[in-house]
Amino acid sequence: MEAAHAHAHDDHHHAPAGIGRYFTTTNHKDIGSMYMWFSLIMFFVGGFMALVIRAELFQPGIQIVNPDVFNQLTTIHALVMIFGAVMPAFVGYANWQIPLMVGASDMAFARMNNWSFWLMPPAAALLVGSFLVPGGAAGSGWTLYPPLSIQGGISVDMTILAVHIMGASSIMGSINIITTILNMRAPGMTLMRMPMFVWTWLITAYLLIAVMPVLAGAVTMLLTDRHFGTHFFNAAGGGDPTMFMHIFWFFGHPEVYIMILPAFGIISHIIPTFARKPLFGYASMVYATASIALLSFIVWGHHMFTVGMPAAGNLFFMYATMLIAVPTGVKVFNWIATLWKGSITFETPMLFAIGFVSLFTIGGFSGLVLAVTPVDITLHNTYYVVAHFHYVLFSGAIFSIMGGAYYWLPKWTGHMYDETLGKVHFWLTAISFNITFFPQHFLGLAGMPRRIPDYAPQFTEFNQISSIGAFLLGFSQLLFLYVVIKCIRGGVKAEAKAWEGAEGLEWTVPSPAPYHTFETPPAFH
Amino acid sequence: MSSSSTHDVYYVPAPSKWPVVGSTALFLLAIGFVSLLHFGKTQAYVLLAAGFATLTYMLFGWFGNVISESESGKYNAQVDASFRWSMGWFIFSEVMFFAAFFGALFYARQMSVPLLGDVDNQLLWPGFKPDWPSMGPYNATEFHPMSAWGLPAINTMLLLTSGVTVTWAHWAIKKNDRTQLVLGLAATVALGLIFLFCQMTEYGEAAFSLATGVYGATFFMLTGFHGFHVSLGTLMLIVILARSLKGHFTPEHHFAFEAVSWYWHFVDVVWLGLFVFVYWL
Ligand code: HEM
Ligand SMILES: [Cu+2]
Repeated sequence: MEAAHAHAHDDHHHAPAGIGRYFTTTNHKDIGSMYMWFSLIMFFVGGFMALVIRAELFQPGIQIVNPDVFNQLTTIHALVMIFGAVMPAFVGYANWQIPLMVGASDMAFARMNNWSFWLMPPAAALLVGSFLVPGGAAGSGWTLYPPLSIQGGISVDMTILAVHIMGASSIMGSINIITTILNMRAPGMTLMRMPMFVWTWLITAYLLIAVMPVLAGAVTMLLTDRHFGTHFFNAAGGGDPTMFMHIFWFFGHPEVYIMILPAFGIISHIIPTFARKPLFGYASMVYATASIALLSFIVWGHHMFTVGMPAAGNLFFMYATMLIAVPTGVKVFNWIATLWKGSITFETPMLFAIGFVSLFTIGGFSGLVLAVTPVDITLHNTYYVVAHFHYVLFSGAIFSIMGGAYYWLPKWTGHMYDETLGKVHFWLTAISFNITFFPQHFLGLAGMPRRIPDYAPQFTEFNQISSIGAFLLGFSQLLFLYVVIKCIRGGVKAEAKAWEGAEGLEWTVPSPAPYHTFETPPAFH
Repeated sequence: MSSSSTHDVYYVPAPSKWPVVGSTALFLLAIGFVSLLHFGKTQAYVLLAAGFATLTYMLFGWFGNVISESESGKYNAQVDASFRWSMGWFIFSEVMFFAAFFGALFYARQMSVPLLGDVDNQLLWPGFKPDWPSMGPYNATEFHPMSAWGLPAINTMLLLTSGVTVTWAHWAIKKNDRTQLVLGLAATVALGLIFLFCQMTEYGEAAFSLATGVYGATFFMLTGFHGFHVSLGTLMLIVILARSLKGHFTPEHHFAFEAVSWYWHFVDVVWLGLFVFVYWL
């Protein structure tokens, strides 16, 4: 024992002083924090682009940006939000929470963990920096469909390389997370006794490893079509642009579940804590998560109902897509059943969780509408789709990220955040979110296409409501930044178990969690 | 903590500069590549050279650290298990990368080429025969696809044999028979190099190119990425051979060896897929 301890301390350097430590750190908490800050910065960068888009759409006609720049903004907004804001936030949670939740001393590969993070800034520089090169950023839409992406300029190559680098980061991160979960759990923590968040990340990491390489292959083919004379996506040479769509969406649909499964995990911790009841139907939650993941591989065609697939293909993808609503429904049912007869209090994390359950469900329903092939043929590429995916991504993924931040900030900083400000932030966010995105359903149903800077005058009112909501929503997020900074700098001291109803190993260590935790595995009952 | 073992603590490495060095390398390579495609060549070569140099520095430094940690016994059984899981998942990710290109091949053969020959497209491309191999309707000329029964068949034998020799080396390491270990590894390296040589010869003799429609694209991208993986695998085998000569590894602890042999078998299996679907059928 003596020897082991001396040995451990050789390698476990204590938190070195200075900002420079972040370049070399091998500590999961440092790396988790870097991911979170990176994500927050990219959230504001992407948010700024969104506000320019909404400002342009405030009136019909072209006012602020020319159509080219408009396309570039929608493209990079989406890529920044998906790869820069949502995914890194969840990896940040994984870094901070998984070792604490399974009782591991750190991630399985602490050094590689830091590489996963440090690949993100260069990728972001390539992506955002592409606005500055001749021709401006990529304007093909985040889906990078050929032939537009083949005709694009320098920035498309930069985007492709950014995707490669972010893919490498995701794959390394996922291998690290899977290995940590499978190999470093505290003795006694069997798979079916793992916290839900850990389960959802185990499955997410599997999805990432399965589909990020496919995306890498797809963009590599774009690159060779652009520069090296291949004809993957060119009918003249026997290829086919829809081939890209198939490969892309084979990645793309699992990708949207990559952005929601960890959110399900976070919500499954917050609701039991503030309902003061264990999660209802734990096992069914696990199986639902796994079935969502498996089904997500066979529904990609619902993004392509209008490209002329054979009827049998359209029908298959329609039914398969609808099937996903079943396990998703199981989850929503379980969350509501957890609330049933609980002694509920409404702290900010709980508000976000309840907001998540209600609003994400609306997004699920509009997804079901879109899953119906004949309906989708009229709704495809309209604002209805934009409304759908913002309900699942903003009031889904982002709400869970914010709720999770309020929930675990006491553990990370050692202070309670300002509850009043937190609540104000929630209500501002929830209300302005709905002002922004609910009218977009009507716009889409009325036929307004997405990704077009101009529109027919009859769409004006709903667009103006949406734009006003968007500015409210955007500026409300500055309040979040303020609350986080305030919480880091001080506040009521948080106890080890910051929430009365909280369960799990992370609440057994002091708040703030010391630099090194669980250097020897804890006992788990 | 039970005091029965001194190996209970999971090894967490000290802070390390390698990740940031590696990111710098990839960033230099990325902007160098973009320059090569769009801007001045000289500046591109400087950036690419700097990128490769930094990458090499990082690879030597990082793997050097890992090797010395391993040899000084810092990796307990749990760390070893982590390496096993991670190598398995890494190979799975590589499988999915190849799956994208195989997907493209199957899609081209089953969907895009036949569709170009259907009734609608007869107006657009009259007389186009949608047979595989195809270079598409525009500019269609006669070309000779690669036959399976020349070099490719020999290459199949080479790789299958190398699978046997690497297993022979594994058997030797477990028996602590260093001579046979080195012989087995050297034979595997040699077979890998001969394979690569044959592949280069085949490319030299090919009567079509990357630009020969979707056939040329799928042929060269699939075999090209495979060849790249064989090159990496061979390099890794050479490192393992050098380490064996230096006396690294024990009959119980030799996961680096096993990881490379898993990788080698994976490259082997991909080749079988290529042989059947790219060359033969
Ligand atoms: C019950 C669950 C869901 C169903 C049935 C569903 C169905 C659909 C369908 C059919 C489309 C294609 C619409 C079109 O382009 O015409 C679509 C688009 C989309 N969905 Fe969902 N969806 C569901 C959940 C989700 C979730 C959980 C997310 C993300 C967290 C998500 C994100 C997206 C995105 C980003 C798009 C648009 C992609 C694009 O064209 O840019 N969906 N969904
Ligand atoms: Cu989808």
